[in-house]
Amino acid sequence: MAAAAKAGEATLRHAFGNVLSFFILLLIGVLAFSIRLFSVIKYESVIHEFDPYFNYRVTQFLTKNGIYDFWNWFDDRTWYPLGRVIGGTVYPGLTLTAGTIWWLLNSLNIPLSVETVCVFTAPIFSAFASWATYLLTKEVKGAGAGLTAAALLAMVPSYISRSVAGSYDNEAVAIFALIITFYLYIKTLNTGSLFYATLNAIAYFYMVCSWGGYTFIINLIPMHVLLCIVTGRYSSRLYIAYAPLVVLGTLLAALVPVVGFNAVMTSEHFASFLVFIILHVVALVYYIKGILSPKMFKVAVTLVVSVGLVVCCAVIAILVALVASSPTKGWSGRSLSLLDPTYASKYIPIIASVSEHQPPTWPSYFMDINVLAFLVPAGIIACFLPLSDASSFVVLYIVTSVYFSGVMVRLMLVFAPAACIMSGIALSQAFDVFTRSIKFQLLRILGFSEADAGDGSSANVVPENDAVKVDKSEETIKERPSRKNKKKEKEQMEKAQAEKTSAKSKTEKRLLVLPMELSVIGLLLLVFMGAFYVVHCVWAAAEAYSAPSIVLTSYTHEGLHVFDDFREAYAWLRHNTEVDDKVASWWDYGYQTTAMANRTVIVDNNTWNNTHIATVGTAMSSPEKAAWEIFNSLDVKYVLVVFGGLVGYPSDDINKFLWMVRIGGGVFPHIKEPDYLRDGQYRIDSQATPTMLNCLMYKLSYYRFVETDGKGFDRVRRTEIGKKYFKLTHFEEVRQS
Amino acid sequence: MAKLLLYLTLATSLIPLFSVAFSPENPTDRRVLVLVDDFAIKSSHSLYFGSLTSRGFQLEFKLADDPNIGLQRYGQYLYDALVLFCPSVERFGGSIDVASIVDFVDSGHDLIVAADSNASDLIREVATECGVDFDEDPAAMVIDHINYAVSNFDGDHTLIASDDFIKADAPVLFQGIGHSLNPANSLVLKVLSASSSAYSANPKSKLSNPPSLTGSAISLVSVVQARNNARILITGSLSMFSNRFFRSGVQKAGSSIKHEKSGNEQFLTEISKWVFHERGHLKAVNVRHHKVGESDEPAIYRINDDLEYSVEIYEWSGTSWEPYVSDDVQVQFYMMSPYVLKTLSTDQKGHYSAEFKVPDVYGVFQFKVEYQRLGYTSLSLSKQIPVRPYRHNEYERFLPAAYPYYGSAFSMMAGFFIFTIVHLYSK
Repeated sequence: MAAAAKAGEATLRHAFGNVLSFFILLLIGVLAFSIRLFSVIKYESVIHEFDPYFNYRVTQFLTKNGIYDFWNWFDDRTWYPLGRVIGGTVYPGLTLTAGTIWWLLNSLNIPLSVETVCVFTAPIFSAFASWATYLLTKEVKGAGAGLTAAALLAMVPSYISRSVAGSYDNEAVAIFALIITFYLYIKTLNTGSLFYATLNAIAYFYMVCSWGGYTFIINLIPMHVLLCIVTGRYSSRLYIAYAPLVVLGTLLAALVPVVGFNAVMTSEHFASFLVFIILHVVALVYYIKGILSPKMFKVAVTLVVSVGLVVCCAVIAILVALVASSPTKGWSGRSLSLLDPTYASKYIPIIASVSEHQPPTWPSYFMDINVLAFLVPAGIIACFLPLSDASSFVVLYIVTSVYFSGVMVRLMLVFAPAACIMSGIALSQAFDVFTRSIKFQLLRILGFSEADAGDGSSANVVPENDAVKVDKSEETIKERPSRKNKKKEKEQMEKAQAEKTSAKSKTEKRLLVLPMELSVIGLLLLVFMGAFYVVHCVWAAAEAYSAPSIVLTSYTHEGLHVFDDFREAYAWLRHNTEVDDKVASWWDYGYQTTAMANRTVIVDNNTWNNTHIATVGTAMSSPEKAAWEIFNSLDVKYVLVVFGGLVGYPSDDINKFLWMVRIGGGVFPHIKEPDYLRDGQYRIDSQATPTMLNCLMYKLSYYRFVETDGKGFDRVRRTEIGKKYFKLTHFEEVRQS
Repeated sequence: MAKLLLYLTLATSLIPLFSVAFSPENPTDRRVLVLVDDFAIKSSHSLYFGSLTSRGFQLEFKLADDPNIGLQRYGQYLYDALVLFCPSVERFGGSIDVASIVDFVDSGHDLIVAADSNASDLIREVATECGVDFDEDPAAMVIDHINYAVSNFDGDHTLIASDDFIKADAPVLFQGIGHSLNPANSLVLKVLSASSSAYSANPKSKLSNPPSLTGSAISLVSVVQARNNARILITGSLSMFSNRFFRSGVQKAGSSIKHEKSGNEQFLTEISKWVFHERGHLKAVNVRHHKVGESDEPAIYRINDDLEYSVEIYEWSGTSWEPYVSDDVQVQFYMMSPYVLKTLSTDQKGHYSAEFKVPDVYGVFQFKVEYQRLGYTSLSLSKQIPVRPYRHNEYERFLPAAYPYYGSAFSMMAGFFIFTIVHLYSK
C-alpha cells in the first residue's frame, strides 16, 4: 500500500516536474530570442557586417528564383571577370532554412520581407540551440543539468556575438545543428536505436549543409568512438551510433555541392573512415571471441595480428606516400592552421589576415564565456563521477574545443556550448549537493522522519541517467546506489532495485551531507556568480555585440554621433553609376557592395582566388600609374576606399594595408613588405618610406585630407600624415561620404 | 539630342538657325569657329574657306583676342571644330585658353592649327599639347635648297614644293616653320614631311651652328587622331591655305615640269575633309550575337555553346553611310586575355559575322572588336556577356565509363537482398 502511494506521488511529482521543465524551457527560448534583439532596438532591423549581406543576397535570389536556379546560380557580379558559381561554393543550409521560413510564412499569408526573416533567423535558432543543449545535457547528466546548461547557453556572450538579430551568418544555424547532432549521437549511444542513428545522420547532413565546421563533428565523433574502443567500452550501441553515421552521413554530405567528393577525398574526413575500419575489426574480434574458446581465440589472435600487422604496414605506407605526395598533405589551409597554429601566418596571409582567424587573447575568454571558465573544471570532474559513454563524449568535446578556440577566435563559438554544458553540469551538481545538505539539516532540525527525507531526495533531486542497459545499470547501481532508471519497461526491476538499495543509500547519503552554514553560503555564492554572469551577458548583448558595424556610433561630449557612411556610399554607387560598372575595393567590402550597391566587384569576402585578391592588393600598393593599368585591365571604373582617420574609425583600409602588401607580395614579388616599413615600423607620417607615400592606398586615403583640419592629423594613427599636398593623376575623386 | 541642342543654340542665338551638330548619325562637323589675327585673312584665304562653306560648314570668324569668344556655354560646346589661323596671338580673348582647347579636343572635337614663323608661345603650347614641337627659334623657317619652288620673289628657298605625300599630282607649296614629332606620342603622324635636304633655320641670318631640325625629321603638316577620334591638323604654314598659294603654279627646282596649279587646294581640301570627319569615319551598328540556330540574344551563354557574332560596319562618305568592306576585322572573346580571336567574314555589304564555340571556361566575357586602321576612326566595341557552367541537369547521363559502378551498385543491392532473405529464413 505504502509503496503504491509512494509510486503515485512520484509519478505526480514527475508530471509536475515535466510541466515545470517545459515552461522553463519555453522561458529559456524566449530569453535566448529576446536577449538578441538589442541590436534591433538600439539600431534598426538590418543585416549586420559583411558575410551576412552575402547570405541575404543569396536568400533573396532563392526566394525569387527558386531552388534549382539557386543551385545553378552563376553570379557574374562578383569576382569580375571570373564570376563565381554560387550554387556550388556556398553552404546552402542557412539560406535554405531562411528561405523555407519565409516561404512557410508567406504561404500562411504572413507577408514578411525576406530581410526580416533573415534578421530574425539567428535569434530563433539560438532558442532552438538552447533546447538542443537541454536535450544533450539531459542525456549526459539529467534534466537539472540540462536546464541549467540551456539557460547558460541562451545567454553566453560568445554565442550572442554571432547570433544577434541581423547577424545572418552560417554559424547562426550551425551551432544548433552541431548540438543536435551531438545530442542524437549520444542518444543513439545510450539507446542503441537505429531510429536515432538515422536522425543523427540527417542532423549531420543539416550541419554539413550549414557550415564548414562540420569537420569538427566528423573528427570528434570518431575520436570518441576510438576512445571508447581503447578503454574497452565497445558495445553494439557504439556500433549503431557510429557505423550508420559514417555511411549515411558521408553519402549525404557528398550531396552538398560545396562538399561533393571532398567528403571522401580530403584528409579532414580520413579519421572517420579509419575509425570505421577499426570499429569493424573490433566488432569482428568481439564476435570471434564470442564463438571461439579462449585458447582458440589466442591462437587466432596471434595469427591475425601477425598477418594483419604486415598488411597494415603496407597499407599505411601506401597511404602516407599518397598523402605526402600532395603539397598540403591533403588538408585545406584552414584546417592546417588549426593543427599547426603558425601555419597560416607563415604561408597563407589571406587566412592570417582575417581577424577572426587570429588566436584569442586571454581577456577574450573572460569576455566570451565569463564565469563559465571557472565552472568548466568542476563540470569535467563531475563528468568523471561516474564516467559514462555520454560524459566521456562531452569531456572529449570540451578538451578539443578548448584547443581549437585557442587557435582561432572564431572557434570560440564551438567552445561556448561545451563550456555551457560543463558549467550546467557543475552548477546543477553543486546545487544538488547543497540543497540536499540543507534539506537534510532542515529535516533534522524540524524532526521529520529521516527515511522519508532520504527517499524523497534520491527520487527527486538526484539527476537521473536513463537509457543505460540493464546489465550495465546493475554494475553502476552498485557504485552509485542513488541512480534510478526511468524507462517504463524497466520500472518493475527498478522498483525492486530501489527498494533493495534504499537502505544502503540512506547510510551513504548521510555521509555526504555538508554543514548547513557552508551549504547556505555556497548556494548564495553560486547564485551571486550566476547573477554576475547574467549581468555580464546582458551587458555584452546590449553594448559589445549589438553593433551592426555598417552603422557606427560614437559618444563625444556633444552626445551621440551616428555614422551611416557605409550605406550612404553604397547608395551613392547604386544611384549614380552604371549597372555594369565595376567597383574595386579591398575584399572586406565585396559582399556589401554587391548586396547594397548592386555593382560588380572584383574580389569579395569569399576569398577563393588568392591571385585575384593579390592583384587588387598589388594595385592598392602600387603607384598610381601602375595601379591604373591594373584596374583598367580589370575594367574597373570606381575604387572604394574606407578611411577612418578623420572620425577615428580604426578598422579602415590604411590599417589593413599591410595585409594588402603581404597578400599582393605573395603573388607578385615586386611588391616587397620592407619597402613600406621604416625600420620595421608601419608608419604614415613624415618618416614613412617614399613607396608608402606614393602608393595608391595612401593617396586615395589622404587625398585632400589636409583640408579638413589644416594639418592632416590622423586620429586613428595619432599622427600627422607624411605627405599632405598632392594631386591625383590617374584617378579622380567622385564622392566622399 | 538634336532637338535639345537646337533649343540651346536658339537660346544662345550666337549661331545661325537650323545648324545641325556633330552627331553619331551625321559625324561631319558643322559649326566651325575660325580664330584669326585679323579679318584680312578671311579674304586672303577665301578660297579655302569657300571650299568649306560650299561643303556645308558654318564658319564663324572671330578675332583671336575678341573678349566675347568662348567654346562652350552652360556646359554645351557651341562648335564642333576649331580653326586657329592666328599664329601670332599672345592671349586668347574670352574664356579660351590652352586648357580649354585641350578639353575641347578631349571631348571629341576637331582642331586645325596653322602656325607661321614667329608663331606665338601660345600657339606653340597648343601644338605641344597635341604632340608636336615647333622649332624653338622663332624666326626659323624651313629651308630647302634643292626642293624649293621656283618663283620670282623668293630668293632664300623658303618656299618649298613638297610632293612627299600619297598620290601627289602637283607639289604642295609650303612656307613657314617646321616642327618635329614627339617620339613618345604614337598618335601623331607626319602627313607632309620635308625632304632630306631640308633644314630649319633663320633665312635672314648666317648659320653659325648646325640646325637642330634637319632632313625628313622635319614635319611640315602633321595630323593627330586622338583616342576619342578627335582629329587635329597642325601645320607650320598659314600661307599654304592662302588664295595666293592655291592659285599659283609651281615648278620644282631642277624639274622641267611646270604645274599650272599647285597641289595646295586639293591637298588641303582632302585633308580638311578628313579632319572634319567627312572621310574615314566608321560606325558599327547592330552588334548581335546569338546561339547558332537561334535568333534571340541570350542574357548568358553556357560553356561550349556555339554562337554567332555579327556587326555591321559603315563608312561615312560625307553625305551617307556606305558599307565598309575589309577582310581584317577581328572579334575577340575576351576575359582578361582573348580566348577566341577570329576574323569576321563579310558579305561586302557592311555585314560582318563569325561563328565560334564558347571556350570551356566560365566567367564574364566580352565580345571585343578593336579595329584601328590608319586613317579611319578607331572602332572599339565591347559587349559584356557572362558564360556559365553546366546546370546540374545538363551533364551527360549514363556515361559508358560508369557502367561498372552501376553494375556494382545494383549487384550489391541484389546481393544484400538475397543475403537478408537467406539470413532471416534459412534457419
